[in-house]
Amino acid sequence: MSARIEYHQRAIRVFFDGEIDHHAAGLMRVGIDNAIMHKRPQLLVLDFGAVTFMDSSGIGLVMGRYKQMKAVGGSLRVENLSPAAYKVMKLAGMDKLGELHQKAVNH
Amino acid sequence: MKIINEMKLTFDARSVNEGFSRAAVAAFAALLDPTVEELSDLRTAVSEAVTNAIVHGYREQLGKIFLTAQITDRPGIRIRIRDRGVGIEDVEQARQPLFTTAAGERAGLGFAVMESFCDRMTVRSTPGVGTTVTLEKYIGGKPARPD
Repeated sequence: MSARIEYHQRAIRVFFDGEIDHHAAGLMRVGIDNAIMHKRPQLLVLDFGAVTFMDSSGIGLVMGRYKQMKAVGGSLRVENLSPAAYKVMKLAGMDKLGELHQKAVNH
Repeated sequence: MKIINEMKLTFDARSVNEGFSRAAVAAFAALLDPTVEELSDLRTAVSEAVTNAIVHGYREQLGKIFLTAQITDRPGIRIRIRDRGVGIEDVEQARQPLFTTAAGERAGLGFAVMESFCDRMTVRSTPGVGTTVTLEKYIGGKPARPD
């Protein structure tokens, strides 16, 4: 599991790679929160495109960052969720909370 | 329901083993030729149960987790995840979505995920003795044969 953080003008993009569970979420959190604290971005994009597994720890990871972004007056967007990860997020009602975007499917 | 294949694992309640345990169960369940979605649901449910044992059962202190997986002739898989941790005072309350006793960023959705991603879930717990979660998932595919 890794997270690559990209800095844009007023936004931060985080690209997750691998499996998100309780173990990985704990490791990811600190780096992202440090980036938010220092850059105070208007927008945080969490990109799940390369995530191969996610359990409810992913919900905590997104919810926690959502609160951090609210605290600095910014917003959060979740992108490229796989059908499996979307299913977990939806169970938590996260689809009502903010912006969840699924991976584009090519038929 | 007849058990036609079984495996057992005992491992340390370390968070690095969350990935190991769900991968092991997925490899065992592959004998039933599950769909991608069935396998993904199973891995997620196992991950929730093992994480609960680590975070809540043992409160991140070291202990052992005992996992038994059985392939049944239904066809499907039954997984029992047992810890010798603190136990749960009120199982009904613990099963409620968003209920959590852990500090930090646990969403309180572990049991809700297990329930919705499996066909059956039972929780037996005795405070001071430990908790056993049993998950059952029916897997379509081909009828399971031991050979």
